[in-house]
Amino acid sequence: MTPEASKKFLVFAPLTAFVLLSAFFYSALQLREIRGGDELTSALIDRPFPSFELAGLDNDVHDQSELSMGQVTLVNVWGSWCPSCRYEHPFLTELVEAGVPLVGLNYKDTPTAALDWLDSFGDIYQYHIQDQDGRLGLDLGVYGAPETFIVDGDGVIRYKRVGVVDQRVWDDLMKPVYLQYGGQIDD
Amino acid sequence: MISSAKSFYGLSLLLTALMAVFISGLSATPAYGIGEIHDFSSPELLERYEELNKVLRCPKCQNQNLADSDSPISADLRREIYLMLEDGQSDQQIRDFLVDRYGTFVLYSPPVSGITLWVWLVPIGFGLGGALLFWRVVLQASRRPVPAANEPDSGLDSAESSEQNSQQDKD
Repeated sequence: MTPEASKKFLVFAPLTAFVLLSAFFYSALQLREIRGGDELTSALIDRPFPSFELAGLDNDVHDQSELSMGQVTLVNVWGSWCPSCRYEHPFLTELVEAGVPLVGLNYKDTPTAALDWLDSFGDIYQYHIQDQDGRLGLDLGVYGAPETFIVDGDGVIRYKRVGVVDQRVWDDLMKPVYLQYGGQIDD
Repeated sequence: MISSAKSFYGLSLLLTALMAVFISGLSATPAYGIGEIHDFSSPELLERYEELNKVLRCPKCQNQNLADSDSPISADLRREIYLMLEDGQSDQQIRDFLVDRYGTFVLYSPPVSGITLWVWLVPIGFGLGGALLFWRVVLQASRRPVPAANEPDSGLDSAESSEQNSQQDKD
């Protein structure tokens, strides 16, 4: 480079760098918006539901084999201590009414509080797995409630939603996955 | 002029070194929950426990390590790490266990592979670019006004370039 050219280059270098960086950060923000904000991509997608053997709220013992009986199922991590779980409950009720199978993972809760909660708001679940100390939650990479997994007919995790499931989340993100793996919805 | 450039260079080096010392000295005191006491069978395990809690990130809180975080999930993960340490598992096994469940997000140092390679390379690139820029702009500029014996018209050149500089300032 001639001295003149290199001087011009030096003058415009910071501006160019700034424009490039702005474009990069802006596109990263957009990407993050599409992926659902702060949500982390689960490490468990396309992996089998972790094995467990835990009592249900019905006092039966449940294990992972019940999740690989050929039916696409939603597994909803909830707790009576969790306000957002109450918020999403009406929408989950709609899904159940449309024929979507729903299993509860009662996370870090006591059976008494959980049963009280279900009495007040309605038990729409097929059954509940009790995870009082959060060990199964840990195997599932759960870090709060509510979280909702889509488990396919072979017991493989296909999707994980961190946070509330509502109409928009269902239509945009979950329903396509649910249908792709053969989930049924009544009209 | 050359000596002033040198002392300026020396000063920036000193400041950078001081900054590095301060940043590396910023170590947070652990914020373990009240009543959360794990009895380790050896002080060596406790040391590894504290080290792991510093380099592992709380999945819930986006930017706190396990040692700093008060959230329930961090307490759970600390308990799990305690149990695994007592079980005789290596640091690598513990990290793998957590990455398996929570993804590489839990590691404060992302792996040197795939897209995270950029995270490692870009800062190095910026550092080198910055050093190059610094060298060209500051050191070259401070050297220029010294007339070289074999360039008789260098005085005119520098007058010309200072005129250009003042024009650029106005733009």
